Parts: sequence; C-alpha cells; structure tokens
Amino acid sequence: MVISEVATISTASAKGNQPTDTTWLAQGQGGVLHLKGDWTVAHARRIDSLIRQVRIEPGSLRQLDLGGITGFDTTGAWLLLRLADRLSVALPEAMIAAPHGVSALVQRVSAARAEPAEPSRGGNPFVVILARLGNATLEAGREAGAMLGFMGATVAAAMGALRRPGRLRLTATVHHMERAGLNALPIVGLISFLVGVVLAFQGAAQLQRFGAEIFVVNLIGVSVLREIGILLTAIVVAGRSGSSYAAQLGSMKVNEEVDALRALGLDPVQVLVLPRVLALFLMMGPLALFADLMGLIGGGLMASVALDIPPTLYVDRLTNAVSLWTLLVGLAKAPVFGALIGLVGCYAGLQTGGSADSLGRQTTIAVVQAIFIVIVVDAIFSIFFNIVGV
Amino acid sequence: MVLEEENAPIIRVTGLLNRFGPQVVHEGLDLEVRKGEVLGVVGGSGTGKSVLLRTIIGLNRPAAGKIEVFGQELARLEPADRQALERRWGVLFQNGALFSSLTVAENVEAPMREHADLPAALMDELAGLKIAMVGLPHEACAKFPSELSGGMRKRAGLARALALDPEIVFLDEPTAGLDPVGAADFDLLIRELSDTLGLTVFMVTHDLDSLYAICDRVAVLAERRVLAVAPIAELEEHPHPWLQSYFHGPRARAARKARQ
Ligand SMILES: Nc1ncnc2c1ncn2[C@@H]1O[C@H](COP(=O)(O)OP(=O)(O)OP(=O)(O)O)[C@@H](O)[C@H]1O
Ligand SMILES: [Mg+2]
Repeated sequence: MVISEVATISTASAKGNQPTDTTWLAQGQGGVLHLKGDWTVAHARRIDSLIRQVRIEPGSLRQLDLGGITGFDTTGAWLLLRLADRLSVALPEAMIAAPHGVSALVQRVSAARAEPAEPSRGGNPFVVILARLGNATLEAGREAGAMLGFMGATVAAAMGALRRPGRLRLTATVHHMERAGLNALPIVGLISFLVGVVLAFQGAAQLQRFGAEIFVVNLIGVSVLREIGILLTAIVVAGRSGSSYAAQLGSMKVNEEVDALRALGLDPVQVLVLPRVLALFLMMGPLALFADLMGLIGGGLMASVALDIPPTLYVDRLTNAVSLWTLLVGLAKAPVFGALIGLVGCYAGLQTGGSADSLGRQTTIAVVQAIFIVIVVDAIFSIFFNIVGV
Repeated sequence: MVLEEENAPIIRVTGLLNRFGPQVVHEGLDLEVRKGEVLGVVGGSGTGKSVLLRTIIGLNRPAAGKIEVFGQELARLEPADRQALERRWGVLFQNGALFSSLTVAENVEAPMREHADLPAALMDELAGLKIAMVGLPHEACAKFPSELSGGMRKRAGLARALALDPEIVFLDEPTAGLDPVGAADFDLLIRELSDTLGLTVFMVTHDLDSLYAICDRVAVLAERRVLAVAPIAELEEHPHPWLQSYFHGPRARAARKARQ
C-alpha cells in the first residue's frame, strides 16, 4: 500500500477560519483505511485531489473506518463512493463505525448516482463551422418567411378592422400614438435641429471654396426634406419604440400572457400588434414633418450666424430650391417606415423564448433589423423615385 | 451534517413587525426553529408566510424586531460575514425562481461556482447527483427552465437549494403544483434529507399531507403573529376557529385518514 503519503496532507478545518491540521485519510493496520475530519463540500477540492492520488494494490484493502468523521454531507457521500470505486471495495458493506446517518446518506446518494453528463462538444472544427453556416442560412430563410407571414397576418387584421371598425382597439392605438409619437417630439426635434446645424456648417466650409456658399441652402433643403429628416426620425423611433415593443411583447410572451390571450379567444395580432403598428404608421408622418422643420430651422440658424445669410434670404432661396414635391417625397416614406419598425419590433418580441437572455437578444434584434430594413427600403424608394422622375 | 447536539434554536425571531404602507403584515411575531427539525408553516393566503420567509433570509427589511440565524443577527453583519452565513442555507422560492438563461445543471452549479472552490469535473458530477436526488431524469440537466413542467421546475429549484449541502433549507410551498405521487416523493425526500443530513427545514405549505407526513412541528400564522407552534396532533385540538376549520374540514379528515 502506498496510502501513507496521503495521510500527512493537511489543511484548514471547516468550522473556523484559522488553519488547523486535519487529515482525511490515514492508513491503518490490517487493510483498514481510516477516514477523518469533515467530509463536506467546504473541503471537497482537497478530498477530491487526495482520492485521485490514492494508489493501492487491488484487494489489499477491505474496510473503510468512518469513526473519525466529524462532518458529512452529500458531497462527502459522493466522494466516499468515488473512493470506494477507486479502492474497488463495495459500499456500504466495507464501512465500519459509521456515525449515525452516514450509511443512510451513502445509500441514498448511491441510489441516485447518475452517470456524469458527458460534454457533447468536439467534432471536426471544419465540419462544425460548415454545419453552423448551413444552419444559419436555413434559419435566415425560415426567418424571412415567417416574418412575411407575420406581416400578412397583420395586414389581414388591419383589413378586418377596416371592414369592422368596432374591432379596432382605439384606446390602445391612441395610447401608443401618444407614447411613440407625441413623446418622441423633443428628441426627434433636437437631433434633427443639431444635424441641420452641422450640415450647414460643413456644407458651407466646402462650398466656400467655390464662392458658392449660398448653395448651402439648397443642400440643406433637399437633403433634410428628402432623406435626413425621415431617416433620423426612423432611427430614433426604432430605438425608442421598436425596442420597447419588443421588450413589452417579449416579457408578455415569457409570462404566458400571449398564450392567455389566445386561450381567451383573442388574437394577439389584433390586440397587441395592430394598435402598435397602426400607431407608428400614423405618427411617423407628423414626426418626420416636425423633424424636417427643425432641421431647416437649425440649418437656417447656422446660416445666419456663421455665413451671414439673413433669414429672409434663407427662406427665399429655400422656396426656390425645393418644391412641395421634395417635401412630399420625403414624407411619403414615413408611414411605410413606421409600419416596418412596428412590425419588426412586435415580431421580434413574439419570437422571444422563455429566458431573460432571449428577451435581451430579441430587443437588440428589433432595433438592428428595423434600422437595416428602413435603410434598404429607403434605397429602394430612391431608385423608384429616380425612375418615375421626382 | 455536523454531528453534534440537536434541539437548540437555529432560527429565533422576536418581536417582528412587518408593514407595507398602511398594511401591517406581522406584529409582535415570535418564532423559534430548532436545529434539525422540519417545521411546517401554515396560514391562510396572504397571512404573510412568504413575507416571513423572505424576512428571515434578509430579502425583506423588517420595521422592527430581531432575527437571529445560527445565533447571529443578519442585519448587523458585515457583507462578507453575511455571505458566509448565506451559503449555509438554501432557498426554494414559491415559483422556483430558476435563472432562465442557464440550464438546469448550470442553475445547480451556480451556487457552487460562487461560493465553493470545486474542480469543474466534480461540480458537474455533484450537480448531476443533486438533480438525480430530487427525482429529475438525467435529460433534464441540459434543459432550460422554460422547457420544464411546473413540477420539474420545483424539483430543479430544490436541487439548486441543496447545491451546497446547506444546514437550513427554506421551502416556499414545495409541493404546490406537484402530482400527488410526486408530492409524496418530495415529502419523503425532504424527510430523508432531514434525517440523514440533520438538515433543518423551514417549509411553508398548504399541503395537509406534507404536514402529517413529515413535519415535526407546525407553526400557525394568523392575526399577524404565530398563533401556535406544536406537533400537529396537538394543533388539532386547538380551539382557535381557523385551526378548527383547518383541521376538521373535509380535506383534513381525508389526510388524517390516509395517515392512519
Ligand atoms: N412587496 C409587497 N408590497 C406590498 N404588499 C406586499 C408585498 N409583499 C407582500 N405583500 C402583502 O403582504 C401580505 C402577505 O403576503 P405573502 O406573500 O406573505 O402571503 P402568503 O401568506 O405567502 O400567501 P400565499 O399562501 O398565498 O402564498 C399580502 O397581503 C400581500 O399583499
Ligand atoms: Mg406565499
């Protein structure tokens, strides 16, 4: 037997924090191994490594003396079973002088002993990456299909509400119009105003080189009205409302509130999604108009302060540079963007799985996808307007 | 299991006052829990059983009163000492309160990871053991809480509460939502752990079968205090009207008959 080297290892005791010498294993006479001290979770690491170090000739050890054990718990029982395995002795027969409760616990633990979960990682890394890529591609396709289906369901619900206006949740819609529209005015206005200021300043710095700083008015007018006003609005709304829709619907999904609605015979699309999408559909236009206005004011302010273009001249140039069409082209996109942001947010929320993690992920997806889709659709609009020549 | 004397109070609550706004939940509440016993806590819905449990484990700050666990007053401890104390008990919340983004095995390992210095392989083994002990199948280890049934979530919650082999477990309605066979198994498991580990169990329950099957003593919460603490046989004779209807209603009769 080579256990004796094990017997001298000592470490801190469980009860106090002051180190005292405690040994857990000691070799005895006549094939008896003495177990001592606290066999508890607090010492599991040491005992575990001690057990791994134990080496004996098979059959030379017959009994485990538990008389010296001062503390014992399920972790200790587990380790004891492991020790017995290693020494190839059978429990509980090999135990002697076990304190009250110990053998019952050992039996209990041994009955519940499950095969340790084998980690399922591994495999050829190339194949793993390929499989992941394939799965992601399939998933993306499935996702796009499901999203389209969801849009269809929402449009169908909207058509249903058109035919029977009594079905529309008016109170909810107005509530969301206030939250997503009215309450967003300050932030949308401020951002748009500041971007107008920056645009005027940077634009003028470039145009000055040709002595054409007056054309900064055209630059501001066209870019703010056609693109910047509506895009800024869409991004702010996606960040504010798209994310909050995803979080609201997601936590409702986690709490099984969505299932409860279904069980009550209510259509979640009708009750939850439609009011939100409709609210953004309706409020996006006014928000974008406000953004346009604030952008032009910001640009005008900068023009008069830094470039000495007086407000009257600014307004004059502006009316020359842009037409009502410029404004309308920008605003025409607003309801489309609003509906898209609402749809993406609600869809992401409803896709939430059961965990807090998934809720966080879906909220992020709602914002990122909404902004991405808005910009793609904006590009499509540009091409379209280019072809029809406005 | 620390092999020493029993029957000393391990939890002592004196003069507890709990209040939410104008609503007084507990007033002058006294309770002692003895080392190694299984104490059942009963009372009507809303009498403050969960609040009492939360107060004892320090999640709820009482307006007045003293709470000692292991002879120490939690409210007066330094954060480090407090943590050392907290790892000596386990809690099963009324709705399981599993971490939703971790698997069952990871949930059980979470307290080990935070509080015990264990090698990863041993941690996996112990988590598997605890999960098997509470009667969950091996496949449950890799599942997320949202993929479990309500009863399985309870069991997983118990496995997490037992992760560090605590000296006290607090159980809030452990058998609610379990099938009768499962509930009886659960009772048996708790009794066995209490017997073999010397575990002290503080168990809020509405389950009369559990009371008869495993509780050494039962504390009755009513009128904002602990009305009585006694073995269940004595409580049956208690004259208080709520206790009378509690123990002599149809369900109680059935549970008692089942015992005999
Ligand atoms: N955070 C809180 N804020 C306000 N009131 C609370 C709060 N928590 C509990 N209460 C009130 O305290 C009282 C006791 O609640 P508690 O959850 O302890 O009841 P219980 O005895 O556990 O009931 P049940 O058997 O239904 O679980 C209830 O009236 C409840 O409304
Ligand atoms: Mg409760």
